[in-house]
Amino acid sequence: MKVLTMAEMAANGEQPEILFWVGCAGSFDQRAQKITKAFATILDKAGIRYAILGKEESCTGDPARRAGNEFMFQMMAYQNIQILNGYQIKKIVTTCPHCFNTLKNEYPALGGNYDVIHHTQFLEELIASGKIKILDSNEWKGKSITYHDSCYLGRANEIYEAPRKVLESLDMELREMKRCKSKGLCCGAGGAQMFKEEEKGDKRVNTERADEAIETKSDFVASACPFCNTMLTDGIKNRDEDMNTSVLDIAEIIEKAIQ
Amino acid sequence: MMGLFSEIIFSLLTLLAFGIFIKNINRIRRSILLGKVAFLNDAPLQRWKNVFLLALGQKKMFRNPIVALLHLIIYIGFIIINIELIEIILDGLMGTHRILAQPLGNYYPLFINCFEILAFLVTIVCVVFLVRRNVLNIKRFISKDLNGWPRTDANYILIAEIILMSLFLLMNATDTNYQFIISSKMSPWLHGSTEDTLHLIEKTAWWLHILGIYAFMNYLPYSKHLHIILAFPNAYYAPLTPKGVMHNMPAIQNEVLYAMQPELAPTNATAPESFGAKEATELSWKNLMDAYSCSECGRCSTACPATSTGKLLSPRKIMMATRDRIESISKNIQQNKQFIPDGKTLLHDYISVEELRACTTCNACVEECPISISPLDIIMELRRSLVMEQSNAPQEWNGMFSNIENNFAPWKFAPDDRDAWTKQV
Repeated sequence: MKVLTMAEMAANGEQPEILFWVGCAGSFDQRAQKITKAFATILDKAGIRYAILGKEESCTGDPARRAGNEFMFQMMAYQNIQILNGYQIKKIVTTCPHCFNTLKNEYPALGGNYDVIHHTQFLEELIASGKIKILDSNEWKGKSITYHDSCYLGRANEIYEAPRKVLESLDMELREMKRCKSKGLCCGAGGAQMFKEEEKGDKRVNTERADEAIETKSDFVASACPFCNTMLTDGIKNRDEDMNTSVLDIAEIIEKAIQ
Repeated sequence: MMGLFSEIIFSLLTLLAFGIFIKNINRIRRSILLGKVAFLNDAPLQRWKNVFLLALGQKKMFRNPIVALLHLIIYIGFIIINIELIEIILDGLMGTHRILAQPLGNYYPLFINCFEILAFLVTIVCVVFLVRRNVLNIKRFISKDLNGWPRTDANYILIAEIILMSLFLLMNATDTNYQFIISSKMSPWLHGSTEDTLHLIEKTAWWLHILGIYAFMNYLPYSKHLHIILAFPNAYYAPLTPKGVMHNMPAIQNEVLYAMQPELAPTNATAPESFGAKEATELSWKNLMDAYSCSECGRCSTACPATSTGKLLSPRKIMMATRDRIESISKNIQQNKQFIPDGKTLLHDYISVEELRACTTCNACVEECPISISPLDIIMELRRSLVMEQSNAPQEWNGMFSNIENNFAPWKFAPDDRDAWTKQV
């Protein structure tokens, strides 16, 4: 499978249907790379003409902005918008809700206007349009799963249904946690917390959330954000070393359920 | 003669009550306007819709239906029973007794019966709320956020409502001309009283009731209960953008632009005086109105991942601290004609670095607030000041910043490896 960069496409005078914004976690983090690969595989199987920015992609600036460093955010935004506008990008899909939020909601004020969708929305579209077909005998069928709402997808952008619809298309039993959708509890990574030690308290946020996930007694926990994935995996590992409940991204689940 | 005397006294007291109230509301308005300019007048249609849904319709309260219903009873009771105030004030000013009884004819008892049923329900709910606050161990009410005055404030309001409603019912019970639906059940208690005694009880209850209302009205500006007024403008000025948006800082946007494209820089460009907020007056007026609107209910803190895992941060406390600070600045200005530095700032003296650091920007507090307050907005403005004005960031964040700057990712990976994964598919 060949993943084309924008530079390569542009050199051939081609324009992709959609740009896949991989994000820093998806590019460098070993766990998140698996999500990236799974999603790229799905795009490939669905016959979508997509491209990545490759080495030309930079951090959107989200963690810097949330930490309070507006200068750094503006620097990154400026660079990214220059590149995206240079390639005349119209449509972007990303597997990271933080990149999604920044690209969709914060770049327009800086001159970056794109149609940005999250990969769970894109997967929902691909399934609905028949571009990918869920195998009748997929390995998830009849298994139970609980979906953890990412704050930047959920409350920040009110995307609650797309990821759930994708899971339901697999004939899985979807179990909700005590706090879900607009009441969903954060995994503890947002607001640049991912990049620092937690403040002192009685409990870690990810442990609190992992406990709620374990309480549903589901076979799997679904996430739609690389940071939530890391936090929940760590949280569950804290409670259950054998990891009887594994945390999977929705893209990874779908990749294994299609032809 | 006596009648005229009491009408004059009543008129003067009414004037005084409204005078002080208006003065206090103006004081609060001035305090709010100490905040920075923010333009929130776009899309009036959408904004009015929010007023109807969120403030008038209390849409978000219904995230917890039972409490919402109880609160709705007090709210409807408050609005509808206050219609009766028109009659009470007119009676007081003109020395009449039930001035609207004649013109409303047969409908009059119907109205009063409605008011009485509501007054009765309000009393019951206030008792339930007192129990919820003081007896049942409900986390958001036993929280240390409310230690001291805030807890007393909440109880005073509930007790005041119970007293006012009881006086209203007692006043009606003494009126032998009518048999109202609730107060008639109280009449037996007064059985055996002479006409004069009944009259005295009625007059006393009438006076205590209306003076109590005036006192309550003037207590509002000093209380968390101000939300009954400010919830409305607060819903109108609520942000219309998705919750994920942090508001842009055009000053910094331009600085970056001029650094990248110096040819665009105007020759007379001046650097902005400060970034973010370390003081309450550096927040926007909407942030300050949020602080005055907050009824300290604590739904935000219950939902907050930091508060609920024992971190120092509590979004409710952020709002309370902001109100305390802007009040102290406002008093300072009132006393000294201008602000005389008192050696304190909102950041550090009222809200600590540790609190700010614990926020995950998850928007749970914003989502929960029934009246569209954003504690997150204040937290982010203070974080901006911490990092950009004081270079105050934890070591790990400084590392993250330099990684973004040098490697274009928050981690220290070689930028050239960004697409390394493509070789493994």
